[in-house]
Amino acid sequence: MYKLNKVILAVSLAALSATAYAQSATYGIGRTATPQEIKAWDIDVRPDFKGLPVGSGSVSQGNKVWDDKCASCHGTFAESLEVFGPLVGGTTKDDMKTGHVLAMSSGSEPKRSTMMKVATLSTIWDYINRAMPWNNPKTLTPDEVFAVTAYLLNLSEIVPDNFVLSDKNIADVQKTMPNRNGMTTKHGLWSVKDKPDVINTACMKNCQKDIEITSVLPDYACDAHGNIAEQNRHFGAVRGADTLLACNPHPSVAELNHTYNTPYKASTSKTSPTTVGITRPETVAPTLAEVTGLDLLKLNKCTACHGVSNKIIGPGFKEIAAKYKGDNGAEARLSNVVKNGGGGVWGGSMPAHGNIKDEDVKKMVQWILNSNK
Amino acid sequence: MSNELKNPGRILRAPENFIDASLSKAITTEGLNEERRSFIRKSFLAASAVVAGGAAFTQSAMAATFQGDPNILNHTEYDQALGLPVAANPYGVPSKYEVNLVRRESPGLTQVGGASVAFTPLQGLFGIITPSGLHFERHHQGWFDMDPSKHRLMINGLVKNPKVYTMDDLMRLPSVSRMHFVECGANSATEWGNVAVPTVQYTHGMVSCSEFTGVLLSVLLEDCGYDKKNGKFILAEGADGSGMTRTINIENAMDDTIVAYGMNGEMMRPENGYPLRLVVPGVQGVSSVKWLRRIEVGDKPYATKDEAIHYVDLMPDGQQRQYSSVQEAKSVITSPSGGQVLLGKGFYNITGLAWTGKGKIKRVDVSVDGGRNWRTARLETPVLSKALTRFNIDWVWDGSPAILQSRAIDETGYVQPKMNQLREVRGSKSIYHNNAIQSWKVADFGEVTNVQVK
Repeated sequence: MYKLNKVILAVSLAALSATAYAQSATYGIGRTATPQEIKAWDIDVRPDFKGLPVGSGSVSQGNKVWDDKCASCHGTFAESLEVFGPLVGGTTKDDMKTGHVLAMSSGSEPKRSTMMKVATLSTIWDYINRAMPWNNPKTLTPDEVFAVTAYLLNLSEIVPDNFVLSDKNIADVQKTMPNRNGMTTKHGLWSVKDKPDVINTACMKNCQKDIEITSVLPDYACDAHGNIAEQNRHFGAVRGADTLLACNPHPSVAELNHTYNTPYKASTSKTSPTTVGITRPETVAPTLAEVTGLDLLKLNKCTACHGVSNKIIGPGFKEIAAKYKGDNGAEARLSNVVKNGGGGVWGGSMPAHGNIKDEDVKKMVQWILNSNK
Repeated sequence: MSNELKNPGRILRAPENFIDASLSKAITTEGLNEERRSFIRKSFLAASAVVAGGAAFTQSAMAATFQGDPNILNHTEYDQALGLPVAANPYGVPSKYEVNLVRRESPGLTQVGGASVAFTPLQGLFGIITPSGLHFERHHQGWFDMDPSKHRLMINGLVKNPKVYTMDDLMRLPSVSRMHFVECGANSATEWGNVAVPTVQYTHGMVSCSEFTGVLLSVLLEDCGYDKKNGKFILAEGADGSGMTRTINIENAMDDTIVAYGMNGEMMRPENGYPLRLVVPGVQGVSSVKWLRRIEVGDKPYATKDEAIHYVDLMPDGQQRQYSSVQEAKSVITSPSGGQVLLGKGFYNITGLAWTGKGKIKRVDVSVDGGRNWRTARLETPVLSKALTRFNIDWVWDGSPAILQSRAIDETGYVQPKMNQLREVRGSKSIYHNNAIQSWKVADFGEVTNVQVK
């Protein structure tokens, strides 16, 4: 008992001193980080290359890592825009002299590449090191990161084919970066005290003589976002427009029926009204969506690597459906590939997904095989 | 604030509602595929007619045979039956009739779901708090549901004592609960050049507002003894694969930035950074790093990928504005809005949202004639700093074409700009920080569409 009291007293004293500390904003909560912990997590590299580890990598080593781990998403020459924006392209030898990429203002490149935009080489090194490869980040060694960075610089013709990038020479390469002078911090969006650059006034009456409509939704985008009727409530002050109908110049009978049934339910009464005033459509319960194979494919992140129509890393679902059209054994074989992994068929390999329920695998594979119909 | 609805049931023509013949013509013809649109007009009228007839609400029907609404006259499937017991849904879910208002992706905007965005359905939401399950999602390398017992926050760099905090530690410290909006810097990005998407979900759905609970970052920085002389910036870093990193200036960090674990009374949702995220009020959303695991105090900015390649604003001269952060005053009418159809002439409550990264919203004006004349809307309380503010205003639609706009003014006196004013200064390639006035065109047959006006 005496012992316990002593402990309580000690704890209370500690608490008292913690209170005293609290006034100088320390709480006695949390602990000091160990040097090893800081080393493990403090991986950032700044524009002045503070934080850069010792290491080196050649263009040719980078080429190997690239083909193995990067090309499937970024293209063999980092030019692809299938999955992500292009990494290289649009920079010139002249840009390397001025430090301003001309294409940034001329608009000559339809898609601005990473190498056109970036001013700081540290950004590329840091990002590859922390976040690449896409589905397996933080697995490259520092030398591999130097090598891949060297390869990207070489593709941009900033360094020669035989170049070896290292912590020793990276600051020199920075001095030749094509858009190194392309950033400004002179703007009003950094601090709340900054002055705005666009000024409007709060006119209330007869503010403008002519009002001109300068842009409307392009026809090709009319139904790109699906049926807006299904993206609004079926009751309330407004309804969603039935874009399936509105966007189709020659709606079929089926589509007309669709419109008459949703979002407005056709009444059993067929008597035609004599007036149309403020209408009060009946509330119609939407049918609850069943979980489809596609939902499951999204849920299980299959769509990270497979597009519905197009290849991302693996083949598109419709491409798979086309390949196995009429093949009765396809369902069983593909289910096995989903569960246990496979490879070779499409020129890559697919990892195993043993944790997905059999019934879900079945549903997904059936959806894929029917995706062309 | 005038209440123009003096006699409900009678259609009044408000002076603000007056549109002259030339504008009326412009609205109905400009850029419209009349043939195509006529289908929606016909179907709208026909569907309205069928329903009006079916429900027998018309005056003539009432006079003749109308006995009453069958939903009133007859018993229902609910009033003569036993309902469900308590805790049938231990964690409550929305009604099964509410399936339409969900987060949605904009097709074609991104190729990979792990580096994409799902927009908040602003067109059907009320008030200022975004339901947690509808808070917009923006991930750079997918999301995780992280184990809170293994989550750590490290603070290092220019501090006397670099520290590690567990969730136990953080949840013991003094907490604050504050409502703030989170808006992606790229919200409304698709509209810089021209109209590209149909509804407010896709034009403005990268803004959400929650009550966040957590520890002020200033408490933690003081606790570690940060270097007040040389500590000019912090780097915030996430625990996900992308290791999301952003530079935040020390003024913001020490002012109102929250290391948050709570969201709308419960723990943060996984898609929003469970168990710990940064909330940097008023600053573009990317700085509110999710799955926060490290804060470094430094003397220089870091130029990370999402502040050196993305989230930089391209100006017409080719220069890129770096570390553009503050979200300037912005507003949008959420209903009636693009993609919606009005149910006939008469009274409507125009409702919308306004917000500013520079403090409180002072005033919101609404125009129904494309910006020629404006009326001041009612601001609903609370009006909070760096939070969404709800506005409402009465409108009686007389059935003629109209263009609806809202214009926010914040406590600094800044007035939300028009699209062309924004373009005159910043060009049209910027992607980020489009806070222009949004225009919704109302056609004479009730369909509301996204337009830009000059």
